[in-house]
Amino acid sequence: MAAAAIELKNITKTFGNIVANKDVNLTVNRGEILSILGENGSGKTTLMNMISGIYFPDHGSIYIDGREVVIRSPRDAFQYKIGMIHQHFKLVDVFSAAENIVLGFQEEGGFNIKRSAERIAKISSQYGFEIDPGKKIYEMSISEKQTVEIVKVLYRGADILILDEPTAVLTPQETQKLFAILRRMRDDGKAIIIITHKMHEVLTLSDRVSVLRKGEYVGTVSTAQTSEAELTEMMVGKKISLNIHRSEPKDSVDRLEVSHINCVSRDGVKLLNDISFRVRSGEILGIAGIAGSGQRELLEAIAGLQHLQSGEIRYHNPKTGQIDNLRDKTPLQIRDLGVRLSFVPEDRLGMGLVGNMNIVDNMMLRSYRKGKSFFLERKAPKDLAERIIEELEVATPDANTPVRRLSGGNVQKVLVGREIAAAPTVLMVAYPVRGLDINSSYMIYNLLNEQKEKGVAIIFVGEDLDVLMELCDRVMVIGSGRITGTVDARQATKEQIGRLMTGSGRGDENE
Amino acid sequence: MSKKTTNVREPLFHIVKRGSMVWWRSWLVRLLAVLAALVVCALITVGLTGENPLGVYVTMFDGAFGTKRRIWGMLQNVAMLLCVALAVTPAFKMKFWNIGAEGQVLIGGLATAACMILFGDKVPTVALFAMMIVASIVGGALWAVIPAYFRAKWNTNETLFTLMMNYIAIQLVSYFTYLWSVPKGSGQIGVINGTTKAGWLPALFGHPYLLNILIVVALTILMYIYLNYTKHGYEIEVVGESENTARYIGVNIKKVIIRTMIISGGLCGISGLLLVSGTDHTLTRDLAAGRGFTAIMVSWLAKFNPFYMVLTSFLIVFLQKGAVEISTIYSLNASFADILTGIIIFFIIGSEFFVNYSIKFRETKKEAAKSC
Amino acid sequence: MLIAFIQRAVVQGIPLLFGSTGEIITEKSGNLNLGIPGIMYVGGICGVIGSFLYERSLPGLDAMNPFLAVLIPLLCCMAGSLLVGLIYGFLTITLRANQNVTGLALTTFGVGFGNFFGGSLIKLVQSDMPSIALTATSNCFRTKLPFADSLGWFGQVFLSYSFLAYTAIILALAASFVLNRTRVGLQLRAVGESPTTADAAGINVNTYKYAATCIGSVVAGLGGLYYVMDYANGVWSNDGFGDRGWLAIALVIFAVWKPNMSILGSILFGGLFIVHNYIPNLSVGTQELFKMLPYVVTILVLLVVSMRKKRESQPPASLGLSYFREER
Repeated sequence: MAAAAIELKNITKTFGNIVANKDVNLTVNRGEILSILGENGSGKTTLMNMISGIYFPDHGSIYIDGREVVIRSPRDAFQYKIGMIHQHFKLVDVFSAAENIVLGFQEEGGFNIKRSAERIAKISSQYGFEIDPGKKIYEMSISEKQTVEIVKVLYRGADILILDEPTAVLTPQETQKLFAILRRMRDDGKAIIIITHKMHEVLTLSDRVSVLRKGEYVGTVSTAQTSEAELTEMMVGKKISLNIHRSEPKDSVDRLEVSHINCVSRDGVKLLNDISFRVRSGEILGIAGIAGSGQRELLEAIAGLQHLQSGEIRYHNPKTGQIDNLRDKTPLQIRDLGVRLSFVPEDRLGMGLVGNMNIVDNMMLRSYRKGKSFFLERKAPKDLAERIIEELEVATPDANTPVRRLSGGNVQKVLVGREIAAAPTVLMVAYPVRGLDINSSYMIYNLLNEQKEKGVAIIFVGEDLDVLMELCDRVMVIGSGRITGTVDARQATKEQIGRLMTGSGRGDENE
Repeated sequence: MSKKTTNVREPLFHIVKRGSMVWWRSWLVRLLAVLAALVVCALITVGLTGENPLGVYVTMFDGAFGTKRRIWGMLQNVAMLLCVALAVTPAFKMKFWNIGAEGQVLIGGLATAACMILFGDKVPTVALFAMMIVASIVGGALWAVIPAYFRAKWNTNETLFTLMMNYIAIQLVSYFTYLWSVPKGSGQIGVINGTTKAGWLPALFGHPYLLNILIVVALTILMYIYLNYTKHGYEIEVVGESENTARYIGVNIKKVIIRTMIISGGLCGISGLLLVSGTDHTLTRDLAAGRGFTAIMVSWLAKFNPFYMVLTSFLIVFLQKGAVEISTIYSLNASFADILTGIIIFFIIGSEFFVNYSIKFRETKKEAAKSC
Repeated sequence: MLIAFIQRAVVQGIPLLFGSTGEIITEKSGNLNLGIPGIMYVGGICGVIGSFLYERSLPGLDAMNPFLAVLIPLLCCMAGSLLVGLIYGFLTITLRANQNVTGLALTTFGVGFGNFFGGSLIKLVQSDMPSIALTATSNCFRTKLPFADSLGWFGQVFLSYSFLAYTAIILALAASFVLNRTRVGLQLRAVGESPTTADAAGINVNTYKYAATCIGSVVAGLGGLYYVMDYANGVWSNDGFGDRGWLAIALVIFAVWKPNMSILGSILFGGLFIVHNYIPNLSVGTQELFKMLPYVVTILVLLVVSMRKKRESQPPASLGLSYFREER
């Protein structure tokens, strides 16, 4: 058998203390589609970025056609005919499709956009793309942009193609079209790597599947000889008991009611699709799903940061018994209604906190408006900062240290501490333990449980299924902006949730 | 091509954004930059004059502090530069590139001069001063709020807009200097109310500039308090650091932009008032004398801290005065000061790189800890 | 009179055209170089120094070689502006310093540099006037096409200028061609629009930024030389160049970042700059009001552009930002 198109041996990459990839081995042959399957943060994209020259591996080697190569920059990758289609398109908005396609490519025979357009047309007809070379990127739909990206790498003669979650932004019809094109390319002898979470796509499209889990290489199986159950187990791993304390919800009443909300991005993509659910006081509602399925938009919509096309968000005020609609209210208006809503966003230093401000000043972010005075009142925030530092064991020289100097776990303690200190009735947390060590993670779980026992309605967006299943009371799974199912966390199995996430579970029947 | 040699694995060095630097080390870096700049400046001066470098600096000190009059002149200049720097600071802290301070100062000066000329001998002194203060603040604020409004509304590029506003202000002032010129048609206003001294800031304890200086001292303290101890100042900082966070906590960003620019422009207007009524007692198109631009550097070098700005404006004025002295003594040209100022600022700007980034060599094998 | 007006407008406009062409090239790479006014001063004075030294080295002015008389100042001017362009490039590209502050500092430096050496030369020749005249060199620069005058109004409007004026127009057209019709131009625009994309496409972002900044500086510097040698008949006086550098930056906006547009724009600006001389019965004061026209027009263009949000006429998307690969 001929040498593999590309082979990775013992690739390891670390970012600071975080191991993104550990001893990964991977082989792709020509005329083959390989899927890389893994949960968020399993290191798929990092691995691909090393093949395409964006990162450089710490250890390990890469072989192309049996020869060891060094890929230090995207330019090197082009030379080895490797083309990557990133999840976030790298296109210049004000350029036409043709201009983007030829960008950075040293073509023989000089620069001639007309001739390039002809070549683009030829490639398009060969594989069945529909593309208008003269159309500007900013006038294009997402799927058209993706087509431009794919044609771009083909134009450079790439015969090893890497696609990072290409279907995440596509409609089912567009996905089918893309798959047809990918199959045609495979038959043309190209080696194709596709990163995905969606099980049915893996099974229908690929020849072999490699699975990564938490940065480690789990194994590769041939699609013909595997099953959904096997792949799911490889992906999520065995259930690990975390021994997170969980109490039974007491005196639960409806607190927040989301009904039929819809949200569309600026590019016209549906981010939230007819989402309806309730959160009850004294319970933790977990939200599981592949990253980018609409979790952020959902929380931001509730917090008053996201404009909705339709639907209602109703808050049941425990003090007055009144029901208010929060849709399209600003964060300030929501607060003025007497809604005690706390929100720990995913982007801690970019949204929840200001990195260059010290802990005391960050404490004030939510509360600085209090009182009629023109001046800031720093006494209470200072006390709060000191209390949080002591109670949550924040490792910091003092309360006047800028938060960006703190480690990830301590930053999160500061943020969660502040949000809890506001005595919320609804608490939303997004990926609260991402990047945290074990002790800090447990401290966050305990804080959430305390709040739950106080009767707070908690929405917990998480990625680790073990945590979701042990901490939450119910787990709601969303995929591509819609709810694919809600399960009782005490009874559900990991595979069940995994299937709902990857879209091979009940969600398909729901449509 | 070196790609064939597999033993060259990684670029020789790469640049990593620093997480943080202890405050004293960052100031040490800046201090070293200033020293290096002074050495370069000395070398250039020696090259041009043949004098020994120490002698050059002695001359500079003499130029700045040599006589009582020089000290007063220097303090007055520091005060005026500082005043404009204070004015632009809230805007910059908000990351609003207001390079239109020059024009805002001019309009403030124009408004002041208008009051002095038109009402100088018609209304009582208190009313006249009240009018001058209101007019200069309104004028400066107006000049600043126009670009701010369009930035908030259509995201119009404020750097270019404020820059253009400068030249409109200059031409406007030119127009009025001809309109009010004494004698008619000379194109120069001359000393306004020279005999009555109506609208002149009074001399305190016999020092004509003392009131100016005291006002600026007060403004420095007020600005420090405004930026650090008020809700407005807090909002400015949040908007400047991260618009996303500002949205998250419900700050009305457009409102903050417009409000801050009113303050920034208003304060520029006051600078104009101090220049016309406290120092020059006349109006020319060169009233601001480039302070609008220099102030940006003063503010930026001081990391937007009003108290540090006292030092940076002192440094720049000292250089200018000193260089003027060098140029007279060694019969060089007065523009020598600008060259020195430029060089020193280049060094300080450049030194920020070493505060914010560190260079890692291959051997250390430490990857970019902050990759996102 | 119309013909004379057009001629003067063109002569006024040419320094602006040089400046704006240079600034457009620079801005297309994402660098907002507010040092252009300073660079134009440096370009002008370096040319003056070059020609001064050449004139001095000659036994008599009739021994002047017209070719050298043009070439020496030209090279000096280009070398000087290249050097200050490199300073700006090093600070903003390699050291990632703030572009606005660096640009303003460069303007302070450049204007000071020009006036310092200008003043020193004036002192050196001990002239009665506060200026230095290089009439002989200027005459070489001002050589016109011999048959221009014989072609009537056509000759006067289109052919009566010196070679530097045509150079400006050719440079603008060339810049326009390179930016829109060549691979290098496409890649340069990509760097200014989205350095991340350009980087991912294998384009060396820093090389392009350096090249654009340096070429832009040299082109802008020629504007200073044209002003002294041609417009001012070889007379350097301190601050004589005035605020034309800023007007050149205004012209960039007016031309919506298109060098071919700035050819017409520069003549229009030149016309607006002197129109007051051609309107009868204007008082001196009102003339000053007329001088603000170019700036007012620029603001209007800026407003219309930002209001319409037409993608093609926006500033380069990454204008004013420094690029750091690991910060994406």
